[in-house]
Formats: sequence, structure tokens, C-alpha cells
Amino acid sequence: MGTSFGRGGATTFQQDLQNSDCIVIEGSNMAECHPVGFRWVMKAKERGATIIHVDPRFTRTSAVADIHVPIRAGSDIAFLGAIINYIVSNERYFKEYVVNYTNAPAIISEKYADTEDFDGLFGGWDEEKKQYDRTTWLYEGVDPDAAGGKKPGPRQPIRPEYTDPTLQHPRCVFQILKKHFARYTPEMVENICGIKPELFQKVAETLCKNSGRERTSAFCYAVGWTQHSVGVQYIRTAAIIQLLLGNMGRPGGGIMALRGHASIQGSTDIPTLYNLLPGYLPMPKAKHDKDFDTYIRFNESPSGWWGEFKKYAVSLLKAYYGEAATQENGWCFDRLPTLDGDHSHMNTVANMADGNVKGYFVVGENPTVGSMNGSLQRKGLRELEWLVVRDLNLIETAEFWRDSPEIERGELKSEDIATEVFFFPAAAHTEKEGSFTNTQRLLQWHHQAIDPPGDCQSELDFINQIGLRLKELYRDSTLPRDRAIQDLTWDYSNAESVLKEINGFTIADGKPVEGFTSLKDDGSTACGCWIYSGSYRDGINMTARRKPGSEQSWVAPEWAWAWPHNRRMLYNRASADPEGKPWSERKKYVWWDEEQKKWVGHDTPDFIVDRPPSYRPSKEARGKETISGVDPFVMQADGKGWIFAAAGLQDGPLPTHYEPEESVARNLLYDQQCNPTRMEWRRKDNPYHRAYSDPRFPYVVTTYRITEHHTAGGMSRWLSWLSELQPEMFCEVSPELAAMHGLKNGGWATIWTARGEIEARVLVTNRLRPLRIQGGDIHQIGLPYHWASRGLVRGDSANELIGFVGDPNVSIQESKVFTAMIAAGRRGKRRAVKQIDEMAWERDLPPAEGDHESSHNFKAEESKESNA
Amino acid sequence: MGAKGFFTDTTICIGCKACEVACKQWNQLPDDGFSLTGMSYDNTAALGASTWRHVAFIERPVALSNQMADGFSWLFSSDVCKHCARAGCLESCPTGAIVRTEFESVFVQQDICNGCGYCVVNCPFGVIDRREDDGRAWKCTLCYDRLKNDMTPACAKACPTASIQFGDLDELRHRARGRVEMLHEQGMQEAYLYGDSAASQPGTEGLNAFFLLVDKPEVYNLPPDPVVPTKNVGQSWLSMAFAALGVAAVALGSVAASRHGGAR
Repeated sequence: MGTSFGRGGATTFQQDLQNSDCIVIEGSNMAECHPVGFRWVMKAKERGATIIHVDPRFTRTSAVADIHVPIRAGSDIAFLGAIINYIVSNERYFKEYVVNYTNAPAIISEKYADTEDFDGLFGGWDEEKKQYDRTTWLYEGVDPDAAGGKKPGPRQPIRPEYTDPTLQHPRCVFQILKKHFARYTPEMVENICGIKPELFQKVAETLCKNSGRERTSAFCYAVGWTQHSVGVQYIRTAAIIQLLLGNMGRPGGGIMALRGHASIQGSTDIPTLYNLLPGYLPMPKAKHDKDFDTYIRFNESPSGWWGEFKKYAVSLLKAYYGEAATQENGWCFDRLPTLDGDHSHMNTVANMADGNVKGYFVVGENPTVGSMNGSLQRKGLRELEWLVVRDLNLIETAEFWRDSPEIERGELKSEDIATEVFFFPAAAHTEKEGSFTNTQRLLQWHHQAIDPPGDCQSELDFINQIGLRLKELYRDSTLPRDRAIQDLTWDYSNAESVLKEINGFTIADGKPVEGFTSLKDDGSTACGCWIYSGSYRDGINMTARRKPGSEQSWVAPEWAWAWPHNRRMLYNRASADPEGKPWSERKKYVWWDEEQKKWVGHDTPDFIVDRPPSYRPSKEARGKETISGVDPFVMQADGKGWIFAAAGLQDGPLPTHYEPEESVARNLLYDQQCNPTRMEWRRKDNPYHRAYSDPRFPYVVTTYRITEHHTAGGMSRWLSWLSELQPEMFCEVSPELAAMHGLKNGGWATIWTARGEIEARVLVTNRLRPLRIQGGDIHQIGLPYHWASRGLVRGDSANELIGFVGDPNVSIQESKVFTAMIAAGRRGKRRAVKQIDEMAWERDLPPAEGDHESSHNFKAEESKESNA
Repeated sequence: MGAKGFFTDTTICIGCKACEVACKQWNQLPDDGFSLTGMSYDNTAALGASTWRHVAFIERPVALSNQMADGFSWLFSSDVCKHCARAGCLESCPTGAIVRTEFESVFVQQDICNGCGYCVVNCPFGVIDRREDDGRAWKCTLCYDRLKNDMTPACAKACPTASIQFGDLDELRHRARGRVEMLHEQGMQEAYLYGDSAASQPGTEGLNAFFLLVDKPEVYNLPPDPVVPTKNVGQSWLSMAFAALGVAAVALGSVAASRHGGAR
């Protein structure tokens, strides 16, 4: 999302789904996992909108959809790519929108070569480094960096002389796109995804028919798209469709990213991610960010909104280090830790298992159940010196030293595990105050209703206490490195005082700033997270606003507060045509008012409010002055929606169908089987299956959650009212697969991979159907992942089965698709399965050496030579 | 006050079971044990003394008429006490524990119930049940305590899609009929109302908690033609009177015969 549009957040809000004429839900089981927001989908349906659900299983979402499209897990890019091909070759795109608001007319560098030229690889592939030279993907004559860029180098806006508004130039984005997806045909979809051409045609046509001036369609996705070794590109494919159809920034349109927990959006905005600072400022890199000026030079964009970068960076450092941060000392930039490599989750756990990590805080997570490869997770925990777990209950991660499959099998004894475990009981949401940032970027305050019982503490209290104690501990140190703690401002009285710092204030009088436009780069303002600036304007907690919906417009701008600047729908400048008039009366949202000389409408305009549609930047323009009157995507260096991602991605400027790490099929489109830049961890404790057609593991497995439980179960398996609703781990299989293996409904089955073995009760159901691809039937097994060995209801954990494999851009795991075997009956006390298969090892050459510049250390070889 | 009730539109139910959880939480009901039934996603199985909302999950080898889904559909329906206009439980209660409230709902007064269980066999829907520990009978109260405080019943409040609608019965019936018409227009000819009037369900004289269904009642485990047993009480008394007369006649006859015989 960030690469395509400029910001890594849902582009719309769930209430707006009621305005959609067609909603495609793919990579999400919205009715089950987001039932409250799903009411707006049902509202749209009541109004006559068509709801399409694309999913390997027939779920509670499919049950109320108009069209259910069963798909082979891991083949979505082939399906969506064919929709792109349908739109382009049948000229169903919204031409005026595409020419003005996207980078379709941009001409790409002569050096660019497509996957069509190299059988699945883009140009610039460096065989030695196992990564792309991404300069071959740039615009002709310019070097735009991705929004919030990572790579050093000059950046400029797109120049008119390097565009072709007729979209005919052979190297313009539009023509490259057309060529790239030309072989993504309905026949290909049938053979890759198992979707009949008639059904494909129905979906593509419904989507096109419900897009344009008068109508809009929306996409909803969740981790069914992200958790793949090509996850980011799944979302890119949808982004391209929505840009071509002109559905971005318009009511009833957009892409709704559905987050999995109450504040997952918040945890990337003010990140728990290792490679970001608050507000999507990149974490400094040890290799090139030597000092503050260099950091600014590498990250400030000469064009687009990131031209403001320095203001946000200085204000953040002022919030961190207060008086200590001065212009002379580079605002204490050297106090910040710098990145020397990849410290994402799977890498950290692998390092842990190798004995390279001493201590580990687990807060609000249950990794031995909720993260892939349970046995490797526990191996990591065993190698720690200390482990801190903060949770509502004594979850499996806290109990790993006395309760684990390894101990149950007799392979390990508790007394041989040296890790010191500290358990801190946590306060529940009713027992603490603070804000959640929900799936639609909405900050909602919750008040404390009761005191936490016993020793239970809120996160805020816990972290505050740690901060105070660290400061005390290092108070008298003379080591320069300890200045990082000594200089830290640390004075919080309650949750609102934290919000005030996040909002930002002027140093002189401590007054909250109005919003991020008030932030300065001269050290006169402090701001903990620039995108949240305005949430505490005038000292009022905007996130606590609760004006009833009946007393305001349907956009409900006075219910809580959304980032940025309380804008509910992003890029909403695009809801008006280039002249600033609504595309249609029916889809009116934000428009230019010639009399008032400003943008007005139902929402806060996501644009410079007094910049007329006719404005064009001069050649000398810098920063936000480069944003022309027809640039709705203000965060992008060129102001356009990116059909072609000229920068910012590791694995290609256009989405390409690659099979998952473990598949039942060869890649029919290219010789290149898997994403060549995917992350792999080739270790004995993380064995892989063959790339495809592994005779030992003939079935596709997909994992998911269900309404009745919460992720790894820490919040639901200890609660009787939820536990009784789904009391046991189960697997879902089709009657055909059940017949093949003698599986009985309500009986037991054992499912195994090279990583692990689990047992589950069996639900035989027509909600899973065998799919016919390439002349044969493929079978998919469904596994929820909520259960483990503690709590009121117990069972095996599906994540025992999954290996470490990741997307190269965001290091997310591929847990939505892998291969496995199933048999009737319960598992034995000992593992019956031989784990290591020499042929599967042979497929993969040793990983590339770590490269600090890339977003991760471990890269895979291309696997085209696999086991043909 | 006026008559209040539920209109449950099963076509927009997403089977989330929020109603079940909200009901148990508000009314502080115990769990019913932890066992997998193997019946789709339904592990609640039935209404009972500690389960006053139950979502049925029906996997059907027939597509809905307006859905493209390869000859298959999955129906959800949240069942509850119907608060019948003629309530068998109430009419059979010998202690007067079961009463009709100012909201026209049927309410069990737990301090009066003596656990006789007559109500259990007199409910044509199998809703009311006795608790094993103290033997008293329990069922949905229509959240009487919440209604007294102008609050919506917990289940309707928690329902995210407004499948469970609470309100004035007249208004709900009006809305429900409109909804059926709309569904018919959208091509879902199979939609109909179950128990919305005395005319359509004479055996109960209409339900204060009625449903919009898309298949036969039996598919949802609802009786196709429920009759409150006490409705036949009058007839029973009449038959009994005749029977008694008959017995008396036989008795008299035999006495007469014996006399006659005696005289022989």
C-alpha cells in the first residue's frame, strides 16, 4: 500500500463500504474475523451491491456473499493479474483517471527488462548477490525514490517530457503493464487457480461494470494476502486494479486493509517494527546514516510530501531527548540505535536458536503457538538467558520449559532448560486507559473502568517503570553510549500525557500543536509521531470524542480521530476530476469550491486545502511545492498512484505470479518457480519440502482463525463462554479427501510436515471442494491455529507444521499456504515421520551472504533447477 | 410499555455467535461443557437451561436462489425463546411462577418456581429446561432487567449485522414484511416469515420472537406446525367429561345389571 499510494494504511474506512456497488473480499474472511465492520458490507448488500468472496474455503463470509470463488491457496496473483489483463485488453479502464492520477503515462528506463524477457525474472538480477539491481526499474531520466525511501540517491518528480499521455509509447508504464500480464488469461487462471473461465469472466465483468464515473468497487483483504512469500505483491496487484478502474480515493472504492487485532495499525504507526521510527520514518542504518545530515539527505525527498521529512525527524528527536537535543549535536541523532542488519521476527528467533540472543520480551504475543515452526520457536527460547512474558494468562510461551511437545515426547527434560522465565500478569483493556488505532487508522480512546487485580499492570505502567529504573541505573555512568538513556525525556503522569507528546507541542510554552503542518525543523517543536499530530490539538483528547452517528454526517468526523489530520478517506482529491469537479453526483466526496478557493466536501481534504486544480509547479519547485493540482497521491515523489513501482520493492516493479515455497504445482507461467528474492532459513531445524509435487506431502494446507477464538488463544482459551463454542482443534476436509484417507466426521486425523506433526478432530464438509487444475484434482486442508496445551480447551497447534519462509519486502511469514500429508487416527507418542529429505535440500543452494543494505540477510537461490 | 419482541432475519446472520456470548455474559450463565459435536460450527447444539441463544449452522446441498456458489449454501439462524402469544409453559405452570410481563414477554420468576417441570413438556419448541443442580426451569427473559432500564436485550445489542432486531412488535412485523418483499424483488423467492402472526401459526397464536427463513422450518430444527399443548385443554376436559360420563354410565349399568342379576 505504501509503495503504490504513499501510506501504509487502509485507504478508506469501513463505514464507507456501504457506498460500494461491488465489494471483492479476497485474502480475508471478513465476516468471521471482522464481524463488526462487516455490518457495512451487509448494508451495501442490502442496497443491492454485489459481494464477491474469493477464498479456498466456503466460509461464513462466502455464506452471505453473492458469488463465492474457490481458489487454490497461493495463486491469487495469477487470478488478479488476469483481471488486469481483462481490464486492459478490453479497454475497461477509467482513462481520464488513469492518465491524470496514475503513473501509467510515465516512460521507464531503457535498461528495464520484464519477466516476459527473462522467464520470470526482471532485468537487473544479480546472480551473485541474489538480488536485483533496482536502478533498471526507474523512470526515464529521473530517479524517484519510494515514499519514505530507503536508498541513498537524488530524487526528483516525474517530468512531463518523459511521459506519454496517449499511453502508446512502448516503454510507458501502461504498455509495459499490458505486455507483462498478456499471458494471464482465463485459461491460465483455470489451470493455475482452479477457477472456471465462466466464473472468472463473471467476477471480472462485475468488477468492471461497477467501476467508473457513476459506480465504485472496493477490495478488502487481510493476512490471507500478506502472509505469503510474495505477500506485498498480492496487494500491489489489487492496487493496480483499483487504479486502472479509478476506484481509489472515491466513496465506495479503495482498498480496505483489515488488521488482525485492536491496535495492529497502531503498532506500525508507532512501531513495534524493528526498522521504523514513529510515523514511518526509517530507522537509521549503521552503514550509511553516519550523522543527522546524512540521514536527512538520504530520506528527505525533493518532491512530494516527504520534502517535509526533516521537520518530523527533528521534532521526534526533540520529543525523545528534549533539551539535550540541539542543532549543534545533530539533535542527539547519535543516541539512536542504528540497524546493522535484519532483526525481524524470524531472523531474531533463528539467531536465538543459535545462541546469539540473551534476553527476550514477549508482550501480548504467544509465539510458540501463534508464530510458525513451534519447535524452532521453543528451541530459541531454550537458548535464552532470560525471558519476560507479559500476558493475561500463563500462556504456552511462558510455560515452554515444562510443557511442550518435546517434553511430552520425552526428548527433553525441564531440568535441562536453563532459561530464567519472568511472568508479569497484564491488565485487561477494561483495567487501563489509552488508545487503540483500529484497522481504518482511527484512534479511539478507552477509559479505565476498574483497577487491575493483584499485580496486574498496564503496558504503559510496565514500560514507564522500566524506563524510570533504567534511568536510575545509568544515572552516574560516564560512558558515552549511556547518554542514549541519560538524555531521554521520561516524565509521564498518565496515558494522556503520552498522547500529548505524540501529538506534539511547542517547546517554548508546552502548548499542543494544531497538527503536523505546525511542526518545525529548528528545534522549536517536539512531536512523538507526526502522523498522529492533531489528535490532542488545543489540549483536547480528540480520540475520546463520541458524538453519536445520528448527530453528524455519515462520515462521522467527530467520532474519535483518524490519522492523518482526521482524514477518513485517503487520497480523496481523486474523488474529483482534474478540474476539481466531482466525477459524478452519485460519487461526490471532496471537490474544489471556486468561490471559497479551497477544497471542500464530506471529509477533510487529503490535499493542500487551498491549492487549486490548475496549479502546476515550476521547475525550481521543491518539497510540497512540487505537488501539482492533479496529484492526489501527495506522499509520492511524483504525486501519482503507482501502477509501476519504480522503487521501494525488492522483488519487482510489477506483481508476478510465483508459486509458494511449497506447492503442489509447477509455475505454469514461468520457469522461475518461486519468488527469487524470498527469504529462506536453510537449517536442519527448518526443513522444507520439495518445491512442487513432493510425493510425501501431496496436499495444500491453509491456516486461519475463526470468530470464536482470538489468534493464539491467550484471550479466548481461558474464557468458558468462548471455549465452549469451539472446544477442540479441528481440520476441515472435503468428502472426497475424507474418502481417500478414511477420515470420519468427528473422528481424528494426524497431519504432518517435515517440521512437525499434529492431531485434530475432523470436519468433513462440502465447504471445501477439490479443485481441478492441469487435469488433476488438488485437495486443500483447512486448519485453524487457536489451540495449544494450556487453557480450558486444548489441542495441537497448527503452527507446529509451518516453516520459516518470508516475503523479501516486509519479512512476513508464508503461513497461508504450504504442503502436508494427512492420515486417519491420532498421532503417536513418538514422531513417525522422517524429517529430512535429501532431494528437498538439493533444490536450494546455500543462502546469500548477509547484506545490510537489503531489508534482510538471507536470500534464496532461484529455484528453477529444483527437482524437475 | 407495549408488546416487545425480536425479529430475527436469518439472511443477514453471519453466524458469529456474539448473541450467544452476550447472553451468557449479561445473564451470567455457566458453560455447557467443552465438546465438539461435529455438526458444522455448531457446538452449542440446543437451547437449554443455561443456553438461551443458539445459532444453528446448516450446510445445505442447494444454492440460495440469488447466490453463485456451486450447489451449496450455509445457513445460520439464531434461535431463542419465542415468547408465544399462547405460551404452553406459562399455561401449564401450576405455581404461577411463569408470568406474562408488561412487555408481553414470558418470564420465569425463579423465587417461585418449584421445579415441577410441567413447562418443559408443554413447550412445543423445546426451549425451556431445568437446571440439573436445583431443578428450577430457566429460559430467555427477553432481558427483562435491561428492558426495565430502557436497554436493548444483550443479544440484539451485540448483533453486528442487525440480524437480531428488537423493538415494538407491530413495527417489527411491518419491517419484516417489507424485508420479505424486498428479498422477493431481489430474486430470493424462498424468503418467508415464520410465526409473525396468529393467522400463519394458529397453534401458538403467533410468536413475539419470529423469524425470516429461506427453507422449511424443519431445516432449522423448528416445528412446521407448532401447537401449544394447553391449547387443547378445553377439548381435553370435554373428552374427559364424556369419558367420565361413559365410565359413570358403565358403572351405573353394571350396578343395574348386578341388581338385575341379583334379582334373578
